[in-house]
Amino acid sequence: MNWSSWDEFWSMGGDAAYVWGSFAVVGLILLAEWSQLAWRRRLQRRPACAQPAADEVLSHEAANET
Amino acid sequence: MPTRRINWYAFAAPKRFYQLAGVLIPWFGWLAALLGAMGLVIGLGIAPTDAQQGEVYRIIFVHVPVAWMSMIIYLAMAFWAAVSLVFNARLAAMLALALAPTGALMTFLALWTGALWGRPTWGAWWVWDARLTSELVLLFLYVGFLALHAAIDDVRRADRAAALLALVGVVNVPIIYFSVVWWNTLHQGASVSLTSAPSMAAVMLTGMLVSALALWCYCIAIALARVRVLIKERETDARWLSNKEDWA
Repeated sequence: MNWSSWDEFWSMGGDAAYVWGSFAVVGLILLAEWSQLAWRRRLQRRPACAQPAADEVLSHEAANET
Repeated sequence: MPTRRINWYAFAAPKRFYQLAGVLIPWFGWLAALLGAMGLVIGLGIAPTDAQQGEVYRIIFVHVPVAWMSMIIYLAMAFWAAVSLVFNARLAAMLALALAPTGALMTFLALWTGALWGRPTWGAWWVWDARLTSELVLLFLYVGFLALHAAIDDVRRADRAAALLALVGVVNVPIIYFSVVWWNTLHQGASVSLTSAPSMAAVMLTGMLVSALALWCYCIAIALARVRVLIKERETDARWLSNKEDWA
């Protein structure tokens, strides 16, 4: 370890905004991607909820074809 | 002695691949978490301060892995796009589509972390340098792939059109990779290559490779999870999905 205190660690030699701005955004994006997918999957597992949407799509498709 | 051969084509069936992916996702997910934690400890804790750049160089531990993945995912996407065109395989098209959003996010992150690194070291968030510009083109290719796919109602036709776009765009990947050699760029050359010794300290290199491996595992896990969602969306009418135990 090359840090003598937590303050020194968090300040990153004066470049805290750049270093933590990079690590935080990478972490947030990965977390957001994962939770969006988990949410999409949960919606799929509820057939009762998904049904009206699917019917709507089918009716639109039918309308387009005629 | 009879040798048992695995029939790889068996996994071209969405049903079998769905089950295989379900088994693999937790393994890659936990491996990603473990390696990611190790990468953070090495990169932020153990790796020494850089003699020239001070602490800001630590961005390398996220910048290089996301930039590598942005190119590798494009190659994988183009590969599956080619398979889907040549063999008219619907699972391959789903794999290509599942990789695209993750690839786009990796490209965005490469540009974002690059800007945050460029500002303190070059004095500019952005320059129209060959490496940065070709990486931006990569982002547009991912977005174009997703937009084209979303714009066509018939999924099989959307698959074919988007696959063609992915194949045309693959020419950009070597341009990104060799841009620092072919042109005089502000962006530095490769620190790690297969043909020469790495130009960085061993601890730094270890931290970077562990982080890159963690991101590999993450991307595989999330792409497999997304392909499972896509399979379920597209095969809702298939009989195997009505057996609840098949898609547990």
